[in-house]
Amino acid sequence: MTDSTKAALEAELEAEKSSDVTANVEPRPSLLRRLATTPVWITLAFLLVLIVVFSVLAPGKFGTASNLSLLAQNVAILTVVSVGTTFVIATAGIDLSIPSGIILGEVFAAQVLGHIPVAGGGTAIDIAGENTTAFYILAALAASLFAGFLLGAVNGFVVAYMRIPPMLATLGTLGGGLGVGLLLQKGVNVATYALNPVATGHLIPGISNLVLIAVVVVVVGYVGMHMSVFGRHTLAVGSNEEAARRVGLRVRRHLLKVYIIGGVASGFGGFLSLAYFSTTSVGGHTTDNLQAITAVALGGTSLFGGVAVVLGTLIGVWIPAVLQNGFIIVGVNPYWQLIAVGVVLIIAVWIDQLRRRGQNRR
Amino acid sequence: MTSTDPSMNPGAPATGSRVAALEARSIVKSFGTVRALRGASFEAYPGEVTALVGDNGAGKSTLIKAMSGVYSPDAGEILVDGNAVRMSNPLDAAGLGIETVYQDLALAPDLDAAANVFLGRELRRLRFLTDQAEMRRQTAASFKMLGVGLVQDLRVPVASFSGGQRQSVAIARAAMWASHVIIMDEPTAALGVIQTGKVLELIDTVRARGLAVVFVSHNLPEVLQVADRIEVMRLGARVARFRRGEADVDRLIASISGAYANEVTA
Repeated sequence: MTDSTKAALEAELEAEKSSDVTANVEPRPSLLRRLATTPVWITLAFLLVLIVVFSVLAPGKFGTASNLSLLAQNVAILTVVSVGTTFVIATAGIDLSIPSGIILGEVFAAQVLGHIPVAGGGTAIDIAGENTTAFYILAALAASLFAGFLLGAVNGFVVAYMRIPPMLATLGTLGGGLGVGLLLQKGVNVATYALNPVATGHLIPGISNLVLIAVVVVVVGYVGMHMSVFGRHTLAVGSNEEAARRVGLRVRRHLLKVYIIGGVASGFGGFLSLAYFSTTSVGGHTTDNLQAITAVALGGTSLFGGVAVVLGTLIGVWIPAVLQNGFIIVGVNPYWQLIAVGVVLIIAVWIDQLRRRGQNRR
Repeated sequence: MTSTDPSMNPGAPATGSRVAALEARSIVKSFGTVRALRGASFEAYPGEVTALVGDNGAGKSTLIKAMSGVYSPDAGEILVDGNAVRMSNPLDAAGLGIETVYQDLALAPDLDAAANVFLGRELRRLRFLTDQAEMRRQTAASFKMLGVGLVQDLRVPVASFSGGQRQSVAIARAAMWASHVIIMDEPTAALGVIQTGKVLELIDTVRARGLAVVFVSHNLPEVLQVADRIEVMRLGARVARFRRGEADVDRLIASISGAYANEVTA
């Protein structure tokens, strides 16, 4: 800004202090109207309706604290991964390599544990949950995060610098990562109880650590996406890459960072998975990428980039889980869940597009 | 009709004492075997709108891009306030107080007006968080000062704005950050009559604040209406200069097509 501009601006601001500068420029629409026009509230309402319906249909079974807390534990890992994916999708990208990230996270952690000797023979991988140490856990965590970082860095490099479309780039690393995991494990899964306290402990009484971790990740994701400069730039890159470049954002480097976030979230998911299930799962997690993308899309994040809703992703994780759990409890064949989620997903994205088309009418 | 006598050079500045806010001297730029600029020169003065006109392929866009840091010239000089400068990217240009408004692709449609205005220059809290309230406040104040009548909520994505309003946001953004020069590459090409009128008014406001405005347009009546000076390019070089009142549409067309020149080309 020029000095004259600044001076004029300051005078303007001074003059406006007594009057109300926001009054003439920012007539906020009523809360009710904003709620009605934001698709997140529609999906949230749908989730609450589901919870109420299942609670009524299965009194004393679905709506109980124990069932809901079990549900929260079951969705925790997908929540962590989906928050990372929200950033990727916000750039109009996609990450199909999530299963690779999770499995490599598990395998790297297991490999590291298998190389830490323990007094009295054997390695840390064979240690019991109650005998584990913070060192073992942190070493495994570092290995998992490193695995995710590597995968994300490769994704980001291929997408941002080699200009390969994200779907193909991450399809390639999906297969490649699974192969690396199988090679490292020679195709055999390994069990370990060394990380159990991470999943089963209760740092805060009454709340499983797994759920606590998921909540922390959602909060960090929310701040990162909606309150930080990084999130603003992520949305700008997703909204109009060329505009972002022209104002001087380093678009390629930013995309690299975003894919690294996605990878690290997957690797962390692998760490949690190893802690929760006490075994690696080479050959598993095959639909986790689709589940994460479903959650993100249900939550109102645009697959065309530029719009992201981290709290929506949380809702999007819960809807399929509640449907599955509720159907089982009320005795509906749980296969119906797949159909229901498919229908809900298409309707949610359709509503979102209708809204957007209305907005871009002019 | 071609003259080498400076006194016969009607588009040149009235006195030699004025220093151009932005000047290009004998710029050469080739792409492979295509010589887009063959010694192109250009001047823009503070508090003036200088229109740059020419046929498609005359080199206007290349010259604009050389002056906004997108291309580095193969030869020649860019001067800001009379000092030679080197620009290797648009950020360098921004650092020198030069902002560019593009016909398209200027804004992130999913972000609101304030987010667009401050994109890449966010005001921060705690180093990494955005200071939304302050950015909105400054945007509102600046829009008001520039007479950008945006009645919409500043929280609404600019995608919901009309084309003219979007271009106004882009120009207001440039005006907020430019300390010397605003380059506008066909800012009205995609707009209707009324919206174009609003944008031209905004250009007047920006000029009145002492900035040099470079205005690229194919619309000759519009150029004659808004420009204080007009420079005409043909085949990669400047062929004619006019001050306000010296040219009409016929003369401009003659210059653009090569039938008239008042400048020696290299």
